[in-house]
Amino acid sequence: MRGFVIKEFFHIFRDYRSMLILFGMPVVQVLLFGFAITNEINDAEIAVLDYSKDNITQEITNKITSSGYFILNKNLEHEGQVAEEFRKGNIKEVIVFEDNFAKKLEKNHSAQIQILSDASDPNTANLLTSYTSGIIRNYQQQKFSEFSLPVEIKPESIMLYNPELKSVFMFVPGTITIILMLVSAMMTSISIAKEKEMGTMEVLLVSPLKPWQIIVGKVMPYVLLSFVNAITILLMGFFVFGMPVQGSVILLLLESLLFIVMALSLGIYISTVSSSQQIAMLLSMFALMLPTILLSGFIFPIENMPEILQWISHLMPSKWFIIIVKDIMLKGVGILYVWKETLIIILMTVFFIFLSVKKFKIRLE
Amino acid sequence: MNYPVAIKNVSKSYRKVKALSNISFEVNKGELFGIIGPDGAGKSTLFRILVTLLKPDEGEAFVEGYNVVNQFKEIRKIVGYMPGRFSLYQDLSVEENMNFFASIFKTTVKENYHLVKDIYSQIEPFKTRLAGKLSGGMKQKLALSCALIHSPTVLFLDEPTTGVDAVSRKEFWEMLQRLKQQGITILVSTPYMDEAGLCDRVALIQNGEIMEIDSPEGIIGNYTKNLYKVKTDKMFEIINDLRDYQYTDTAYRFGDSIHFTSKQENPDSDELLSYLQGKGHDNVQINEIKPDVEDCFMALM
Amino acid sequence: MEQRESIIEAINLTKKFGNFVANDNLNFMVGKGEIFGFLGANGAGKTTAIKILCGLSRPTSGNITVAGFDVYTEREKIKKNIGYMSQKFSLYEDLTVFENFRFYGGIYGLSKKEIRERTNYFLDKLGLMEYKDKVINELPLGWKQKLAFSLAILHKPRIVFLDEPTGGVDPITRRQFWDMIYEVANDGITVFVTTHYMDEAEYCGRVSIMVDGRIEALDTPETLKNKYEVDSMDGVFLKLARKG
Repeated sequence: MRGFVIKEFFHIFRDYRSMLILFGMPVVQVLLFGFAITNEINDAEIAVLDYSKDNITQEITNKITSSGYFILNKNLEHEGQVAEEFRKGNIKEVIVFEDNFAKKLEKNHSAQIQILSDASDPNTANLLTSYTSGIIRNYQQQKFSEFSLPVEIKPESIMLYNPELKSVFMFVPGTITIILMLVSAMMTSISIAKEKEMGTMEVLLVSPLKPWQIIVGKVMPYVLLSFVNAITILLMGFFVFGMPVQGSVILLLLESLLFIVMALSLGIYISTVSSSQQIAMLLSMFALMLPTILLSGFIFPIENMPEILQWISHLMPSKWFIIIVKDIMLKGVGILYVWKETLIIILMTVFFIFLSVKKFKIRLE
Repeated sequence: MNYPVAIKNVSKSYRKVKALSNISFEVNKGELFGIIGPDGAGKSTLFRILVTLLKPDEGEAFVEGYNVVNQFKEIRKIVGYMPGRFSLYQDLSVEENMNFFASIFKTTVKENYHLVKDIYSQIEPFKTRLAGKLSGGMKQKLALSCALIHSPTVLFLDEPTTGVDAVSRKEFWEMLQRLKQQGITILVSTPYMDEAGLCDRVALIQNGEIMEIDSPEGIIGNYTKNLYKVKTDKMFEIINDLRDYQYTDTAYRFGDSIHFTSKQENPDSDELLSYLQGKGHDNVQINEIKPDVEDCFMALM
Repeated sequence: MEQRESIIEAINLTKKFGNFVANDNLNFMVGKGEIFGFLGANGAGKTTAIKILCGLSRPTSGNITVAGFDVYTEREKIKKNIGYMSQKFSLYEDLTVFENFRFYGGIYGLSKKEIRERTNYFLDKLGLMEYKDKVINELPLGWKQKLAFSLAILHKPRIVFLDEPTGGVDPITRRQFWDMIYEVANDGITVFVTTHYMDEAEYCGRVSIMVDGRIEALDTPETLKNKYEVDSMDGVFLKLARKG
C-alpha cells in the first residue's frame, strides 16, 4: 500500500500539467474571482436620498464617497426617484437617511440608514452593502467612541429585485467547492482511466491487490493534496482578501475532508465508466464541473432558478457544501447548525462509495 | 489435474464476434509453450481468460489446478503476466517500476533479486532512467523483470517480441530458455512463425481456432506434401510464372526463394524445370526441402 | 545491379539532437522502382532518417534530395511526391472504405473523377468492391493493411515509404502484401520499407542495415550473405547488430 501511494505521488509530481491543475488552479481561481469581484465595486455609482441634510449625514456621505469604492452619481429628492434610477441602470446602490438624523442620534442614541441595492446581481449587491455598512460602522466608532452611552446608527440593507436572497454570499466558499471537486473527482478519474489506457491496470488486476486497495492507493495522494488546497484557499482568502473564518477552523477542515472523500468517490465512479483519459475528463467536466458551477448556488442564486432546477440543485453535493462553508466561515456557526447538510453529504458519500466499489471491476469486462 | 495450465472447451465472444471457439489444451510443468498466430487470432483473449481478466462464455480453464472463474484470487497470487503492450509506468524510472511491482506482491526487489538477476542486471546500469525513455528491447526486459519479481510459477507473456528488432528478440528467447531451466512454466504468444522452433510445443491459432498443437518437430512431421524450394535469376517474375503453371498448388515467397507445392501426386521437378526455362528463367534451382512452421501454418489455413 | 535513375540521394546525412547523434553521416542512393529495405534495431535511427526523407524533420547537415527536391527548401514539393504508410495504418476507422479514399484523394487534390476511378481500380484489384461502403473497423486486419497501402499510392507518388507495414498479419496476407509491393515497384514507384521480419529483407532489391546511427552495410541480400558467410539475412543482421 505504501509503495502504491509513493508511486502515485511520483506520477503527480512528474506531470507538470497535473501539478499546474493541483497548485496553480486554486491560486488563479481565488485571485480571479477575488479581483473580478473587488473590481466590480471599485467606483460603484450610488445615489443618496437624504431626508435630513444635517452635519452627520453629510459626514457619512463624504466618508462613503471618499472610500474609493463609491462615486456619488446623484442626490435624490424623494422616494419615487429610487425605482426610476435603478431602472436606468446608472446606479448600484441608494443610501437613504431618515429625517432628523442628527437629532434622533443625539436624543435617542439611535438613527436609521437604509441601504438599497440592486440584487439582480447578488454578489455585487452583497459586497456593496457590506462595504457600506462597514464604512458606517467605522465612522460611528471613530465619531462616538468618546460618548459614554452607546450610540447606534442602524444600517438596514434591503435587497431590491431579489428580496429572497438570504445568505451572505462570498466567493471563497464557492471557489473551495469548485477546486475540491475539480482536483478530487477529475484528477482521480483521469489517473485511474490512465492506468486502463496504458494497460497497467491489467497488471494491477492480475495481482493479489484487492479492488479497495487499488482504489485507496490511487486516491490517498489526492485526499492529501486536496486538503492542502483547501487550506491554501482559506489562507489566501484571509491574507489577500481579508476574509476571516468566523467559526471553528477545525470544523471547517473536517467538513472539507468529508467533501473531498465524497468527490473522490464520485471520481472513482466516473473512472469505472470511462475507458480513456479523454472520456474521464469530459465526463468530469460535464457531469461535475458545470453543475457545480451553475447549479450549486455559487454563481446563480438557487432561489431564482425555475422550480425544476431547484429540485435538481438539491442533488448537487456542492450545494450543501457551499451552505456549510458559508455558514461556518461567514456566520461562525457550529455543527449544531449545519448537521443536516453534513448528514446529506455523508449519505451521498456512502452512496457513491458503495456504487464505485460495486462498479469497480475485478475483470476487464 | 496436474497440469499447470488446462483449458477445456473454452469459447468466448465479443458481442457477435467469436474470439475463441472451443479451445482445449494442456501445458506441462516447466514447458515453454508457444501460441502462434497473427493479430486478431484470439491470442490475447486466451491469455486474459487464463490470467482471470476475462470469463470464458463456455468451458473451463485451470491454472495450477485453480479455476479461473471462482478461484481467481489464488491464481492472481501465483502467475506472472506481461500484457501485449509493455505495461510499465512510463513516467517512473526503471528502479521505481521494479520497486512498485514488487510492493504490490508484498515482496521487495532485494528479496527476489536472484530470480531476475539474469535479466535485470542488463538494464540495471540505466535504473534511474524513465521507462518511457528506454528502447524497445530494454522495455521488454524491464517488463519481464517486473512480471518475474514475485516468483510466479506460471508466466504468461502476451506478444513480448512484437515490434522488437531481431537482435532483441533473439536475446529475449535466450532469456526464456534460461527461465525455463528454473522450472517456471511459460506460455508465450507471438505472431512471428520463426519463433515457434524455440518452443517445446506450440499451438497454431487462427480465427479463434486452434489448427494444430504439437512440438515444432511434430508439426513439421505432419506436413505431408512435397515441398520444393525454387530459385532462378528472375525472382520478381517467377511468382507470376509459377501461378500460371498448371500443376501449381501453392507458390509463396520465402526469403530469397519460392516455396512450391504441386497438385501432382508425385511431383515431377524436371517438368517444372523445363516449364521455367521455357519462360526464360536461367540458373533454375529446384530442391526438395523440409518445411518450417510457417509452411505448415499456411498449409493449415 | 543495372544502373537506374536515382530518386533518393543522401550525402552525409547527419541529424543530432543535442549531443546525441541519431544519424551519423548516412550515404545512400535509391533508384527508381527499387525496393529498398531499411533495417536496423529499435533505436538505431531509422525513424529519424525516414522523417527527414519525408520532409517532416530537418537534417542537421548533409545534402539530401528526394524525388529531385531538396529536403531543406522544398519540403512541400517532396510531400506531394511521396506516399507514407505506417504500422498504425492511418485509416479512419469510423469512415467507410470509400470515404477514406475520398478523403485522401481530396488531400492530394485529385478530382472527383480521378478519385472515383482510382478507388474503383484499387478495390477491383483487391477484390473488395462489395465492401466499398463498409466502415473500416469492421474489416479484418489484412484488408485494412492492403487498403492503407492503396491509399498511400492513391496519388501516384514517386516514392512510397512503408514503416513496418506487415506487423502482426498472417503469413499468407503478408505475402500477398509483398506481391502488391512488387507490382507497385514494377510500375516504377520506389518502395522504401522497414521491417522486423528478416525473411522480408530478402525480398528487397537492396538493404541497408543501421547500427547506432550509422549504416553498417548496404548491398543486395545475396552479396551481404556472401560477405558475412551466412545463409540468411537474419544471420547478417545478427552479426552486424550484435557488434553495436
